[in-house]
Amino acid sequence: MGETADQIFVIVQHWLVGHAPAALRSTLSPLLSVVAILGVFALLFAVTTVLERKGLGRIQNRYGPNRVGPFGFLQPIADGIKSLTKEDIVPQAADKAVHFLAPVVLVLAAFSLYAVLPIGRNMVLANLDAGVLFFFAVSSVMELTIFMAGWSSRNKYSLLGAMRAIAQMISYEVPLILASVTVIMAAGSLSTVTIVERQAGYIGILPHWFVFTPWGFAGFVIFMIAATAESNRSPFDLPEGESEIIAGYYTEYSGFKFALFFLGEYLGMFAISGLGITLFLGGWGAPLSFLTWVPSYLWFFSKLLTMIVVFIWVRGTLPRLRMDQLMNFAWRFMLPMALLNLVTAGTWHFLPQGVLRWIVCGLLVIVPYVLLGRGLMQGWKLEKRVYRFAE
Amino acid sequence: MLLTIFAMLTVAGAVAAMSLRSLVHSVLALTVAFAGLAAVYLQLGAQFVGLAQILVYVGAVAILIVFAVLLTRDTGATPRASISHSWMGSGVAVLAIFGTLAWAIHHSAASQRTAVSEPAASMQQIGNALMLQFALPLEIIGLLLTAALIGAVTIAVREKKEAR
Amino acid sequence: MTPLANCLLLSALLFSVGLAGALMRRNAILVLIGIELMLNAANLNFIAFWRYGPNPEALTGMMFVIFSIGVAAAEAAVGLALIISLYRHIKTTNIDEVDSMRG
Repeated sequence: MGETADQIFVIVQHWLVGHAPAALRSTLSPLLSVVAILGVFALLFAVTTVLERKGLGRIQNRYGPNRVGPFGFLQPIADGIKSLTKEDIVPQAADKAVHFLAPVVLVLAAFSLYAVLPIGRNMVLANLDAGVLFFFAVSSVMELTIFMAGWSSRNKYSLLGAMRAIAQMISYEVPLILASVTVIMAAGSLSTVTIVERQAGYIGILPHWFVFTPWGFAGFVIFMIAATAESNRSPFDLPEGESEIIAGYYTEYSGFKFALFFLGEYLGMFAISGLGITLFLGGWGAPLSFLTWVPSYLWFFSKLLTMIVVFIWVRGTLPRLRMDQLMNFAWRFMLPMALLNLVTAGTWHFLPQGVLRWIVCGLLVIVPYVLLGRGLMQGWKLEKRVYRFAE
Repeated sequence: MLLTIFAMLTVAGAVAAMSLRSLVHSVLALTVAFAGLAAVYLQLGAQFVGLAQILVYVGAVAILIVFAVLLTRDTGATPRASISHSWMGSGVAVLAIFGTLAWAIHHSAASQRTAVSEPAASMQQIGNALMLQFALPLEIIGLLLTAALIGAVTIAVREKKEAR
Repeated sequence: MTPLANCLLLSALLFSVGLAGALMRRNAILVLIGIELMLNAANLNFIAFWRYGPNPEALTGMMFVIFSIGVAAAEAAVGLALIISLYRHIKTTNIDEVDSMRG
């Protein structure tokens, strides 16, 4: 019974594909998975928009939207109708082809990230041998679309926002990839399915997910901070800062294209949280050994919702980082911590099991954190402001 | 069939990259050419190389070229010819080179070989090769990339002027 | 024509397009783009020979391409740094105007 509930979607897919003629079966099966992914994650996007607005509202001591539907939960329908019926304004001097293509390519790239995430047992769209590499390759395509959006609007603020966004995204890609490399080293494979399977057993009742090791915990924190920066979310949302440069690189977009940008960014956020769950939090595995009767996809989505809630919480709580603070943080704190994390992961692998390796690896993580933190804060003194003008 | 489509896309992107007037459009066409080439690699079964091509070329080199284009913007005041005045000689030379290459390919013994079965290049094998056989090139390329990074930063850094 | 000959022809075509661009265009960045296209054409050549060649288990072609991609990225970075530095002196990227040894 538990087995059937766990594999219900796989069984339904096989049953549907069985009705088709044999020649079409190999294209119909992935097509059904693609349709399912499109539907589920678009629905999750709709739920997240209203969750974010209400959550942020509550953190800021106000109600969120509460007119449409019970407690405002049908707000996405109203938002969707609004964005579809708004006039599509394109600036006269804008580069029409590139202006049109930017949101389209962004959404395409964002949706194709889900192909390598294992959403449940046997529920991955493409079990690529190099799944994690595919993920990072496609997410680096998204940076180019941001440039296309910013440049084609022929607007100085859009271009400025786009360049800041790209600089931020490539700076934070390095700690992101380095944090993932520690997991790849520990699991011995680039395939996401193998990485989830490596975290599958239980010691007593606790799972041995990678996050429950010193290097895994540090890696998870680095990964999540870098993921927040990659998705341009607060506190790293200077490129789209609403009070700074209006809307940054999508100032000149209106109506449905703006909704597509929104969709692309949120999908990117879900996908990178999904990758974080796959790499560090054990994918679709249950947290305690007596809870394995709950279907695997429910665990994946509950972990994903937890991370979305944490993202919203951080957005409502922390102030925005300035551009130079952001870059300093990436290159002078996150990168050394990620490199030391690599050393820690290697040390963990080669020391024998027991208390010694916890102590050694724990020290290897905590001591640099404290030293780097103190070292970076030493240069902060108030001095007379020096102005440098653009040339 | 799919390989032909990707090949045509790559050539179209390359020709557009070299012949468009606007620099940014040229870089975007180059990105399409890189992506088409990555698709060709994936069709040929070289999974790691295809994905590394997207990660490095589309995700890093194209963005680098875009930044350079934006930092060296022409004011557009004086009209400049975008094609060299010796374009006819260059064109003849390029056609001669392409003709020679095509003739050599057509008549070589290598192209008489018929298709072989798809070789397996799993990540495990690539990792093993990198660590065992090709360990020295791996270390040298690490050194080379570090030297290139330091060199590029040193060349492009602005000399410090005194504070106004 | 055999698949290998098709891939080699595509590689030769890309090489010629890159060479034509590098020789005919006057903007320094477009010359660099031509050079990148030539490097990619050579990479395709290696992959084609790895796939259809006599000894694909040795992975030599693939390894060479991996290193070639790394080297090309490094060379693009240094080349663009040079172009930016040149632009600061001469305020142009037209390579016809870089014709004096002084300054």
